[in-house]
Amino acid sequence: MTHVSIKELTKVYPGAEAPALDRLSLEIPTGELTALLGPSGCGKTTTMKMIAGLLEPTSGDVMFDGRSVLRDKPENRGVVMVFQNYLLFPYMSVAENVGFGLKMRKIDPAEISRRVGEMLELVKLPHLGDRKPSALSGGQQQRVALARALIVQPNVLLLDEPLSNLDAHLRFEMRDLIRSLQQEMGITTIFVTHDQEEAVVLADRVALILDGQMKQYDRADVFYKRPVDEATARFFGGHNFIPGTSDGHSFECALGKLALPAGAVSGTGRLTFRPENVRIGSGQEQENLLTAQIADIIYLGTQTRLKLIVCDTEVEAVVNPNEIESYGVGDTLPVHLPRTTLWVI
Amino acid sequence: MATQESLGMRSFRVLTGAVLITWLILPLIPLAIWSFAKGWFYPDLLPRNWSMRAWEYAMSDTAGVLDSLWLTIWISLVATFLSILVGVPAGRALGMYKFRGKEIVELMILAPTIVPGIAVVLGIHSVFISMGLNNTVHGVILVHLIPTLPYMVLVMAGIFSNYDPAFEAQARSLGASPLKTFWYVTLPAIRPGIIVGGLFAFLVSWSQYILTLLIGGGRVETLPLLLFNFATSGRNDITGAIGMIYILPGIIILLLTAKHLSGRSGAVGGFGQI
Repeated sequence: MTHVSIKELTKVYPGAEAPALDRLSLEIPTGELTALLGPSGCGKTTTMKMIAGLLEPTSGDVMFDGRSVLRDKPENRGVVMVFQNYLLFPYMSVAENVGFGLKMRKIDPAEISRRVGEMLELVKLPHLGDRKPSALSGGQQQRVALARALIVQPNVLLLDEPLSNLDAHLRFEMRDLIRSLQQEMGITTIFVTHDQEEAVVLADRVALILDGQMKQYDRADVFYKRPVDEATARFFGGHNFIPGTSDGHSFECALGKLALPAGAVSGTGRLTFRPENVRIGSGQEQENLLTAQIADIIYLGTQTRLKLIVCDTEVEAVVNPNEIESYGVGDTLPVHLPRTTLWVI
Repeated sequence: MATQESLGMRSFRVLTGAVLITWLILPLIPLAIWSFAKGWFYPDLLPRNWSMRAWEYAMSDTAGVLDSLWLTIWISLVATFLSILVGVPAGRALGMYKFRGKEIVELMILAPTIVPGIAVVLGIHSVFISMGLNNTVHGVILVHLIPTLPYMVLVMAGIFSNYDPAFEAQARSLGASPLKTFWYVTLPAIRPGIIVGGLFAFLVSWSQYILTLLIGGGRVETLPLLLFNFATSGRNDITGAIGMIYILPGIIILLLTAKHLSGRSGAVGGFGQI
């Protein structure tokens, strides 16, 4: 219900030389779930705290629906932040924790207890209202923290690494819960994470922040297909960067002349393609068919990583283990780079 | 093996307890006996005659013991309250933040526990005279803060070094004003420290003699001063009775706050350990 605009937001901590966050601008449409993705120390949490009003920006602006909120105190912004370590108040029961925000808004106690009950139902923790937070598991604590935030129906919800403290099997459960509640209530939600997988599974859109600056802001799949630069591609697990020249239709490089998809830029640059998009050729392909020698085979269980030498250039590939059963190190095999999986940066 | 070990631990605890109780209680026994004695002379193990007259005198208006008791309670309570008021923010600053000159500030706060009060009180006396604070209850309360504050600040610094201020940010974000944040979030976390530090402060103020004597100029007659007067006058029975009254608040406070002094709550505090 709230459109969030971040305008050239900058934070320089006293005594620090480089800014923790350098002129970040971001438009987050109403009701969307956006990830701020970046390695630790890239300024993500700093950004969240400035949106929540818990930290004052050095310069720049935060606007909700076109109105600057920088002068609003954190308790009046309609923003609730859920911290990574949940921060449940330890001497309050689960129900008291969940009802805290309503109590601060001077809601009638009977009404609080009714809404706390509903909320605990929603996060699938009924009957646990009387427990102390210390008696709950990590996953349960997180759901209490989420319930405590959602009960005040914030305009903007901020989540700090919402999935990172959870076991693998709880992650998807939590992801579905966050997504369904967020969609249902239509709350503009921003979360930060250092884990690209977490960003991809949860977010509508991802903003990648590296070294205090935003690199790319797009739907999650675009980061895999159309990264803006090498650092971005690398952050998303890209490995192959081959220098050469593009004329917009084909790319001239050590691997030969390769056909490019529509929209590729012209000029000198680097050709990039994801290891999992390298195919073992059948010999029938019309274009981008190469001959590779296997330098190394790394078996990873459900997939196999190959180090290939193509025209004296190393190329990484990830393939289905069954496809290369008959090959060993030193063997040659045909590889195909489908035109649509290539990109020039 | 485990049973043996816990048996060993148990007997050790019982022994320590016994030694402590003997050490603390034994000196009080003659005091109690004296307060009910009508003369108690060598080589009698116990007084031959018993009497309530020391207690009757102590409770009478002429002795001024009760007035002195209320005055001492008032001075100690106010000194404790002021110690908390100063000690909580000071402890927070020392426990949570790094700043220039922190070591010097720490040393200055600790100084009164190292430097004898008598060494500084003469200087304070002349300052207080110029401010009209000598011979007043206010002046005595103020000078009591010198020995009480170190304890309060040190206890609170320990509490705050274990404290995670992110809980306060979380409360603000959930809609709590700064005042409500302190009341609902900060205070419950630091309460054990306030109780323990406050207890120290109260008892330190309660047992002040030299500072009260010099700054109060004999006009502010707290219980220790009164007790000393009777002790030097050779009235052992009345001294015994006043002594019993004098130690009572300490024992009451100790019983009320015992649970905060032992185990996790008193020693650690803050949210860090929970």
